[in-house]
Amino acid sequence: MSQGPGGETGFPALTGAAAAEPIAARRRPRSLGTRGFRAVSPYLLLAPAAIVIVAVLGYPVYLLVRLSFQQFGLAELVTKKGTWIGLDNYSRIFHDELFWTVALRTVVFTAIVVSLTMLFGTLIALLLARLGRFMRLLLTTGLVLVWAMPIIVAVNIFRWMVDFEFGVLNWTLTKLHVGDYLNKDWFADSKTGFAVIIALIVWGAIPFVAIVIYAGLTQVPAELVEAAEIDGARRWQVFRDVTFPILKPIFVIVASLSIIWDFQVFIQVWLMRDGEPEESYWLMSIYSFVEAFRLGEYGFGASIAVVMVCAMFIATFFYLREMIRTGETR
Amino acid sequence: MSGRRASRIGWNALGLLVFLVMIFPVYWMVATSFKEGRNILSDTPQFFPNPVTLSNFQDAISRAYFWDVVRNSLIIVSAVVAVSLVVAFLAALALAKFGFYGRGAFIVLILAVQMVPLNALIIPLYIQLSRAGLTNHLSGVIVTYLTFVLPFTVWTLRGFMLGIPKDLEEAAMVDGSTRFGAFVRILLPLIAPGLVATSIFAFILAWNEFLIAYVFLNDADKQTLTVWLAGFTTQRGTDWGPLMAAATLTALPVVIFFLLIHRKITFGLTAGSVRG
Repeated sequence: MSQGPGGETGFPALTGAAAAEPIAARRRPRSLGTRGFRAVSPYLLLAPAAIVIVAVLGYPVYLLVRLSFQQFGLAELVTKKGTWIGLDNYSRIFHDELFWTVALRTVVFTAIVVSLTMLFGTLIALLLARLGRFMRLLLTTGLVLVWAMPIIVAVNIFRWMVDFEFGVLNWTLTKLHVGDYLNKDWFADSKTGFAVIIALIVWGAIPFVAIVIYAGLTQVPAELVEAAEIDGARRWQVFRDVTFPILKPIFVIVASLSIIWDFQVFIQVWLMRDGEPEESYWLMSIYSFVEAFRLGEYGFGASIAVVMVCAMFIATFFYLREMIRTGETR
Repeated sequence: MSGRRASRIGWNALGLLVFLVMIFPVYWMVATSFKEGRNILSDTPQFFPNPVTLSNFQDAISRAYFWDVVRNSLIIVSAVVAVSLVVAFLAALALAKFGFYGRGAFIVLILAVQMVPLNALIIPLYIQLSRAGLTNHLSGVIVTYLTFVLPFTVWTLRGFMLGIPKDLEEAAMVDGSTRFGAFVRILLPLIAPGLVATSIFAFILAWNEFLIAYVFLNDADKQTLTVWLAGFTTQRGTDWGPLMAAATLTALPVVIFFLLIHRKITFGLTAGSVRG
């Protein structure tokens, strides 16, 4: 490998900089070049990623916020110029009864989905720790299979299972004498409709939570658990006082990610209702989408999206704080 | 001792039950896709396909635009994976192997952008693309997919790179290798499995995406597999057999890839975040 004046080959910017000071470069070619390389190269390596992120993420975020202060409809889409209307979109949101209904529904929906996911995910993780080797492998494989299901596939499976005429769910519930479920249309009422949607999302989200928490459980020192058991702690107490505090960071991360994912659920509801969800099925993401892409109110849709993102950031405050610490220390 | 054994059996039985409940929807999809039409639409569900038939699969792949959308999905996915892998590799190298001013800020940025919901960005992205005249073009979708694939790839690759002991590189450099030489001979072979795992996961993310393709690609022959699959369901009187066959085909590459790499991905994700 040839040793250029920059100490490295293939970085023209650096070789050029070193050539501008030929004497110094000749006297201490290696160390100066290496220092220069070390100082500049991380920025060169980051540049492409930074450019892409600014272009496809930074600029759209800026555009989103700007749109939320504009009257921007179909006409403006053609003229390519919105009209600045200040906070009008936001004051419209806060005086909009439908918005508050939808916002409350989204919060309740997220709370239910996240709680159920965390509960079942943790229980299955604890179960995994008690299984024999073969059963553990079998259950893990099953979980990974479920995890791998594309959302769009999962939605179709659940649609088929709850089909009112030939769905396996109605048949099973009737056979089990839960009640007469023959020809029950689960989506006629948004409560039972949401029950199906929640089941679908929780089913799909359990594997990630269970596997990550199980991975955390295996890191808990066995001595600590044994010591607690010798001291006469019950299983529940061991979990509450030993396991949980150690795993708390993992719980915070998993719960925050679940909140982020479940707060913006869109596709599952949208497709379950054939791309035309009734108002009783609207969540915030759907409200924003309908305003923008069905009614052509891009500005108003954008302001709903901004409110949604802000609510999410507030809900995951602790996670964000932890994340910033991670970024600073590493 | 026997009490412990009994409880082990009890736990295993519970484990089996949970396994069956979790796996049932997947089984039901596959089973339905191999059933004959009259056995799908029967008042008493048939739990094991008998007789087994492939006609649902034949029906699914001979539907209009099937091969178009498969090709589109493959084009989009390969372009997204290629671009994001190269760009992310360089960035991850900088973040994992160099100390520099602004590094912490960039890491926070990478994590924070993953929180911005795609649903919120779809409005400005749509306006941006329609200004550039890129709606209904695969290239527009490819660029937009980078919004969620790239940050994830940077983060995961960085995790893999952090997992490589620094001593190894230093040892190679003491042996007279340059930093670049050490990189090619020591780091690259070690990072290769991580690169494969990350690119497969990027493949899965892009393959599964629905919303962007659904909004941006209007023509039936320009759409992706997931949008095509969703179109299946909106026809009145759904053909469950072919639909389940098509769903099985859509899920198949993802499942195969995911079973291969999920351990590595769990590691790559947690190497940075969970172990503090």
